[in-house]
Amino acid sequence: MCGIVGLYLKNPALQPQLGAMFKPMIIEMTNRGPDSAGVAIYRNPVKANEIKFSLAHDDPAYNWKHVDAGLEEALSCDARVEQIGNHCILVTTAKEDEVTAWLRKNAPGVRVVGSGHTIEIFKETGLPENVYRKFDLASASGTHIIGHTRMATESAVTTAGSHPFATGADLCLVHNGSLSNHNRLRENLRREGMEFQTENDTEVAAAYMTWKLRNGATLKEALQDGLKDLDGFFTFLVGTADGFAVVRDPIACKHAVMAETDDWVAMATEYRAIAHLPGADDAKIWEPEPTTIYTWGGNA
Amino acid sequence: MNELDLKAVGVTAINQKLYKVPRDSNERHWVIRNPMGQHAIACGLDGPLAVDIMGHVGFYCGGMNKEAEITVHGHAGVGVAENMMSGVVWVKGNASESAGATANGGLLVIEGDASSRCGISMKGVDIVVGGSVGHMSAFMAQRGNLVVCGNAGEALGDSIYEARLYVKGRADNLGADCIEKEMRQEHLEDLAKLLERAKMKHRPQDFRRYGSARKLYNFNVDHADAY
Repeated sequence: MCGIVGLYLKNPALQPQLGAMFKPMIIEMTNRGPDSAGVAIYRNPVKANEIKFSLAHDDPAYNWKHVDAGLEEALSCDARVEQIGNHCILVTTAKEDEVTAWLRKNAPGVRVVGSGHTIEIFKETGLPENVYRKFDLASASGTHIIGHTRMATESAVTTAGSHPFATGADLCLVHNGSLSNHNRLRENLRREGMEFQTENDTEVAAAYMTWKLRNGATLKEALQDGLKDLDGFFTFLVGTADGFAVVRDPIACKHAVMAETDDWVAMATEYRAIAHLPGADDAKIWEPEPTTIYTWGGNA
Repeated sequence: MNELDLKAVGVTAINQKLYKVPRDSNERHWVIRNPMGQHAIACGLDGPLAVDIMGHVGFYCGGMNKEAEITVHGHAGVGVAENMMSGVVWVKGNASESAGATANGGLLVIEGDASSRCGISMKGVDIVVGGSVGHMSAFMAQRGNLVVCGNAGEALGDSIYEARLYVKGRADNLGADCIEKEMRQEHLEDLAKLLERAKMKHRPQDFRRYGSARKLYNFNVDHADAY
């Protein structure tokens, strides 16, 4: 099962309503994935010399002030944190690898769930409605958003095993389906220096994409190679800095439907998630073809 | 004409209402508003009703239909008209995968494109698609007609038993045991009738016919090594 949903606004006037428009979409997918939920929202771009991290800690009372004060002192940089639920958005002028190295050493239990200039990732176990409320997303504005409701099949129900999974700067992946060669692929990627937090199959797909992109592949090339190297069932929705991409495996038995109007583009596992959007009745609707990479926003 | 608002009363209440219309009732025409992409709308009807669904529907719309004429004024999700017995299901937009799966009879018209596995295991239904169909269409088809006015995706008619497949556009990749067959006068006449029933303006002569080579019907001892 699992449900995936994405909404990309073509009409900038709708941006203040992004979180409100997306709420009924992800909640409609609750019975496809009641175990956990997550979203990647693209909003509040930081300055060119800054980087934005989405961090998470299992303890909601974790003292995030320790993180920005510690970073500023250790790396002589500017850093600020904003706690949202058990996640935290960290914006800093320090270098990405220095920040992650510092966190690993000085902030045990803190997980980096995403990074880039605009992306913010929030994910947690529990019903989508509760997760959405916990991270105060209904009032969020932004340019685009993707989300996932999880019914766990391949690995445990944990926050770390929830989607989306980051795949690089401003990139993330949500997945409906299951991969059959993820154990072997995980071992291969470990030899290439990739690190894993879970036994989850989607994390392997995300690491695969990250590895490909790090080695110079474009998003489109990484997805095309993924069609060859990932064995199993999948519909992937990939969030990018300025849009999203959709790709399905050659058999395409994991549902997917796309809809487009003058105001927005939406993707969902089932159309009923899209039915809540204004103008959905008159939208152009179709099922994405297998092994075809669809992109909006032009980042691929 | 009677109107039902799905957003207000839900799928179950609407289907119950339609089941309870007496066969001799004059209230034959029903309009369903705000379908909201919900599943199993107008499923299991077994009387001569005319049902207009004003919007996009979810999975299994018109499933198991008997006698009713159901029109979807929008997109149809997975498995539209699956296991239809008789009657008509007419989709004005595109359809998702497995349209008309295992259907025994009746007519399924999709004015736009159908996706993969259209007519999978069809058992006697007539399906007319105005656009193209995706991969594995008419997989293990047993009886009936599939008419495609556009192109057919990969592995058309894989492991087909019987059923006649007519494609106007490209059908480059045929599935196992599916072959092109001669278009004889009887086929041209049948196809003309199907196109007319579906209100599709195409010339039967422009189509090609595909069907079963019937080589998978019996075990072939020469292939024993493959098992």
